[in-house]
Amino acid sequence: MKTQNKGGAVKWLLVAVSAFFLIVMLILPLVYVLITAFREGIQPFLAAVTDPYALKSIQLTLEATVFAVIINTIFGLFAAWSITKFQFRGKKVISTLIDLPLTVSPIIAGLIYVLTFGRQSFLYPYLKAAGISIIYAVPGIVLATIFVTFPFISREIIPVLTAAGTDEEEAAALMGANGWTIFRRVTFPHIKWALLYGIVLCTARAMGEFGAVSVLSGHLRGKTNTMPLYIELLYQGYDFTGAFAMSAILVVMAVCILILRNVFEYRGKKNEE
Amino acid sequence: MKQNKRKQRRVIPGFGLSLGVTITILSLIVIIPLCSLVIFTAQLSPAEFLKTVTSARVLASYKVSFTTALTASLINAVMGLIIAWVLVRYDFPGKRIMDGMIEIPFALPTAVAGISLTHMTVDSGWVGQLFGRFGIEIAYTRIGITVALVFIGIPFVVRSVQPVLEKVDPQYEEAASMLGAEKSYTFFRVILPEILPSLIAGFTMAFARCLGEYGSVVFIAGNMPFETEITPLLIMSQLQEYDYASATSIALVMLAAAFLILFVNAVLQSRSSKIVSGIE
Repeated sequence: MKTQNKGGAVKWLLVAVSAFFLIVMLILPLVYVLITAFREGIQPFLAAVTDPYALKSIQLTLEATVFAVIINTIFGLFAAWSITKFQFRGKKVISTLIDLPLTVSPIIAGLIYVLTFGRQSFLYPYLKAAGISIIYAVPGIVLATIFVTFPFISREIIPVLTAAGTDEEEAAALMGANGWTIFRRVTFPHIKWALLYGIVLCTARAMGEFGAVSVLSGHLRGKTNTMPLYIELLYQGYDFTGAFAMSAILVVMAVCILILRNVFEYRGKKNEE
Repeated sequence: MKQNKRKQRRVIPGFGLSLGVTITILSLIVIIPLCSLVIFTAQLSPAEFLKTVTSARVLASYKVSFTTALTASLINAVMGLIIAWVLVRYDFPGKRIMDGMIEIPFALPTAVAGISLTHMTVDSGWVGQLFGRFGIEIAYTRIGITVALVFIGIPFVVRSVQPVLEKVDPQYEEAASMLGAEKSYTFFRVILPEILPSLIAGFTMAFARCLGEYGSVVFIAGNMPFETEITPLLIMSQLQEYDYASATSIALVMLAAAFLILFVNAVLQSRSSKIVSGIE
């Protein structure tokens, strides 16, 4: 690889073009959020983020995120185990279905839940009788969040387990270890960092999801508004300081996530070596 | 081999449990909601469906979505290739930081990106003022939509091309240059064919994502029917009017487009082997 490093004008031109593009497209919007949020000082910022509605939206976002991470971790572990450790028919169908939420527009993700649990669904009378409301309520938001982050964890674990193969697990099983022991002692050390990495990605997306949640939320201030929805509400009400103050929290979160991501990826690579 | 694999299934425990849990959660989250879409679609009358999906406003929205997503993905294909090349082949100060920030669009909530880009590019914003002098408006035009989609699509091409480029053996290039090939000739004839499948895969993934993108676009688009109204937004407004039939009809067209892209991508990915997906 080093043979290519002769330097020269082409190299620095390409580096400069890349750096300029990334700074303008990625760093500028990020920095702009922080500057706008603190333009009027720290006091308006604090007032905006400690508003009761703001706190409620933070709480709801955290709730939805925790649910999404738990469900997707359970799913990711079981799905990765079944897909990588066994041969069976329909494996391709399952992995296609797992990846499906990535290709579906968030708006369509919201729509399919509206059709499943909404007024025109055959489930609606039963739900109503049981007193459960899903769409335009918190459960709908949680479901939408799970859907949009569905493949995030399994997709990180599957390649690692595929690369690790099945020999170690087979040896352990032949020596009499049970399933839980094999997972804990043999498989888990391989996937530890990939799993953490997946959880971080899942958290980021879950906290920031907008489209799908927007369809399923009734946009009730203090009830079904997540952070991104609350930001939209403030922005459309021309409360720019408030909108950017809430955004600043999410920007800080995004930066933390990127740092963690790089740490986990680095540790994961070392782990595999 | 087949016989051998059958035996493996018996050796490692947990097949029934893991597949059971997988299919149960998959059904609840993905399969049942998708089935309800199919059931609802079956109740639509074909004539009504055709009328909805080919009405002038809907056709205009396809055009807006398609052209902006295509332009943004093409820009990202070129820039993504350059960035991947720079990250793999060159050493320079700040390289690790550059590598780390590629994923900003995945980590930053789309709504935050949306309001930030919009607030910057309106007439009174920093960037808006700059471009305003040249008579270029960004916010509330298709240029604005394209800018938002470029932001969203950056990681796809870079992260698709990068691992493949890392595996291209420099010996090919050495051989080419020893045989007297020009540098540009070597790039287009030796390196590009190797990374082309991954480049196309990254491009199609970015394109699919851009077609369905909502959060970052909705703020900057201005949402004028026929001018800057994207298809996902049109679905959203039908839903807000509780017109589920129209919303579903338009959604089906979008889903069909997404599946077509997914299919093309699958064909190309199987060619660029397992480097990208890891799933056999």
